[in-house]
Amino acid sequence: MSGKVIMDSEAIARTIARIASEILERNKGAGDLGIIGIRTRGVYLARRIADKIEELEGIKPPIGILDITLYRDDFRRRSDWPKVQKTEIPFQVEDRNIILVDDVVYTGRTTRAAIEAIMDYGRPSSIQLAVLVDRGGYRELPIQPDYVGIRIMTLRTQKVNVLLKEIDGKDEVIITEG
Amino acid sequence: MKIIIKGGRIIDPSQEMDTVGNVLIENGVIKGFPSDIRGLEKEPGVRVIDATGKVVSPGFVDLHVHLREPGFEHKETIRTGCEAAAAGGFTSVVCMPNTNPVNDNASVTEYILLKARTQGMVNVFPVGAITKGQRGEILAEIGEMWEAGCVAVSDDGRPVMNSRVMRHAMEYVKAFGIPVISHAEDINLSANGVMNEGFYSTVLGLRGIPNASEEVMVARDITLAELTGAHLHIAHVSTRGSVRLIRDAKERGIRVTAEATPHHFTLTDKAVLDYDTNAKVNPPLRSEEDVEAIKEGLRDGTIDVIATDHAPHSEDEKKVEFDLAPFGISGLETALPLSLKLVKDGVLTLPELIKKLTLNPARIIGIQKGTLRVGSAADVVVFDTDRVVKVDRYRFRSKGKNTPFHGWELSGCVIYTIVGGKIVYSHNVCCF
Amino acid sequence: MRFQRKHILGLGELSAEEIKLILDTAESMKEVSERDVKKVPALKGVTVVNLFFEPSTRTRSSFEIAEKRLSADVLNFTPAQSSVVKGETLLDTARNLEAMGASVIVIRHSMSGAPWLLARELSASIINAGDGSHEHPSQALLDLFTVREIKKEIRGLKVLIVGDIAHSRVARSNIWGFVKLGAEVRLVGPPTMIPRDIEKLDVSVFYNLEEAIRDVDVVMMLRIQKERQESGLFPSLREYSKFYGLTRDKLKLAKDDVIVMHPGPINRGIELSSEVADDVHSVILDQVANGIAVRMAMLYLVASAGGTE
Repeated sequence: MSGKVIMDSEAIARTIARIASEILERNKGAGDLGIIGIRTRGVYLARRIADKIEELEGIKPPIGILDITLYRDDFRRRSDWPKVQKTEIPFQVEDRNIILVDDVVYTGRTTRAAIEAIMDYGRPSSIQLAVLVDRGGYRELPIQPDYVGIRIMTLRTQKVNVLLKEIDGKDEVIITEG
Repeated sequence: MKIIIKGGRIIDPSQEMDTVGNVLIENGVIKGFPSDIRGLEKEPGVRVIDATGKVVSPGFVDLHVHLREPGFEHKETIRTGCEAAAAGGFTSVVCMPNTNPVNDNASVTEYILLKARTQGMVNVFPVGAITKGQRGEILAEIGEMWEAGCVAVSDDGRPVMNSRVMRHAMEYVKAFGIPVISHAEDINLSANGVMNEGFYSTVLGLRGIPNASEEVMVARDITLAELTGAHLHIAHVSTRGSVRLIRDAKERGIRVTAEATPHHFTLTDKAVLDYDTNAKVNPPLRSEEDVEAIKEGLRDGTIDVIATDHAPHSEDEKKVEFDLAPFGISGLETALPLSLKLVKDGVLTLPELIKKLTLNPARIIGIQKGTLRVGSAADVVVFDTDRVVKVDRYRFRSKGKNTPFHGWELSGCVIYTIVGGKIVYSHNVCCF
Repeated sequence: MRFQRKHILGLGELSAEEIKLILDTAESMKEVSERDVKKVPALKGVTVVNLFFEPSTRTRSSFEIAEKRLSADVLNFTPAQSSVVKGETLLDTARNLEAMGASVIVIRHSMSGAPWLLARELSASIINAGDGSHEHPSQALLDLFTVREIKKEIRGLKVLIVGDIAHSRVARSNIWGFVKLGAEVRLVGPPTMIPRDIEKLDVSVFYNLEEAIRDVDVVMMLRIQKERQESGLFPSLREYSKFYGLTRDKLKLAKDDVIVMHPGPINRGIELSSEVADDVHSVILDQVANGIAVRMAMLYLVASAGGTE
């Protein structure tokens, strides 16, 4: 894939570490945290953040996986039809501080769907959003991330691709022309 | 009024004629086959039809149609049925008695004939019921119906299940010299079936009608024909076993004749897949094996006649659950091209095919039709064997648009149909 | 792969991949049913009509729950309270429902092929909830789902279907499904209840239960209809039960970990001896939850495929 690399593997690692400490700072430790990754790449980022927190704090927060397909508001308009996959949240969200993890926040619609889905599992104390990339300028809903790796301005025609070792073989964030 | 049909290939099996030439029609009858028509052509008031490259034959005789009138005029009337016949090249049709009221007495016969005379454009020959109300119990007044003009008897569609009643019917008709037409079906074996019993009925979960349902009745009726000496005509043969039974009976000298329909020698029960009610017909479309046997029966003469079993139904009646749809295919307007496939496939020669559409059916019911003999009524059809036509059911003259052949491209097209010297159909205004 | 079908009419027309996709989607749907809030907004604003011409509380309730869990608007339409008794045709009834905004119609009908008529004539998505003796796709998908959940893999399993194959839509749909997913399917029943040429579907036919049941992994019992006795297909329930009823002794001839299935309701002491029925009953209850998940998957897939046309 050709394009402009805006984060390399080292930058991503540093960013994960920073986000992990910001989370600990703001929530005063890892005691009542729950980390939920949005399929697909948010899941790997969630695991990395949880691992980092364990490294820093000695406590590994529980991890959940969220599939938001059934919560999308563009159900009858999509052409890239996603397969419904399982949501696995092996802990009570009730009264926890939930860290919702995604690779990119763009229009905010995925985040909205994810929030609605999490609420169906119970009433958390808070939901906080952590993203690797905040694509500014095109938000369609009043949603802002609490923890951001990098904030960028792009054209609508451009594409932001987050590549992760676990599935893509390397860590990289690239901007390509559409 | 004179009509000259010039330059066509004249095929008339009744005279064993197959020659290129001219046909002269005068005052409604066949006048002759003049070889020099230069003088005639110039006469005033002479209509000249150029049939070069076309076939000229006696108008077709359909031994099996349902005109639905009286009683079911929403399906077909005598008028629309006759128009459909003319469009299909048929100049005579034999109509079945399952009307409402049933044609089981002379007054209904007279009504049908009166309507046919005033509104029909082709010759109509009614078939009377065997039993009163087609109930299979008491013989109808067959003698009076014969006097009124019935050419055969049949309880078509509601077979006479009681063998004793059938025996008496066969004995009784001998006084009038007309045949008994058997719709051979054991309704107990059919058991409310709606299609052929076989792989496709199993897959579709529809109740099947086994071949045996037809064959046991063909066997019974042949046995009764042997007992009584009556002329038995088996309608719409659909199974291999029936063909075999009829072949054997003929070999043994029993007076049995038989007909097959274009749909039974063209389609198999596979046509029912997707629950197409336009392919729902009784007897049902059968297997490949049966289709082959019917073709063989046509080839070797076991099956004498091609008849349509034209069974028109309204669109609404067919757009229902398969179980609820009435049986039947609207057949008059596709019969010729479907039959011509038999010639193309080498099953029959063209004269043999025409014989099964003209002379043979006329002989079975003893009418002076199906011939171009000099002096006979000028019932003539001119058709093109090669012209390819796409079947469009919405252009049928028949009220019944119920055909499984919609959209098929077939070779063969009627150009003119002439009845009693009158042109009742010409292709120029219609191409279905 | 993407589900392209606007209708689910039968397993006869689905490919193995499509069947697997439905089963996989049902697994995700099952998770929804295990939550406290058993509802997702996927079909919000979609009107689904359950058009049931045959009484069937189980199937209808299961569809209704599935529809509600997907947030669809649900209308139940049963002929007893409808204009059908006044002689309205199926097509007119369905067209009326469509005019009211139904975009999915779930139909149960006593006549084979009725859903095909609707699929041909209407623009709504049609789901067949059982038609005559033809197909019952949601039941078969649920059976496949349950077997796959227990046995992990369907390929290579030996599956025996016992009873009135000729009149069973459950049998037909399961035959298609199990054969397509690579199981070996056997049928056993009185010869009067084995339909013509069924072997052409790649199944083997037996008339003797003891022989047929040897080494099978799954036994699927069909419900016997008492009317069949009157139409002469078997002489008495007593005799039927003696030859084709499932008892513990006969079950011992199957594999040790055999599962017994029954689409319900069970005729105790006829298809199943009472003790087998007790064992089986627990499996039936397990299946209820799976039934909802499978139906959610069917609804979701046809609604999403239908909407992007």
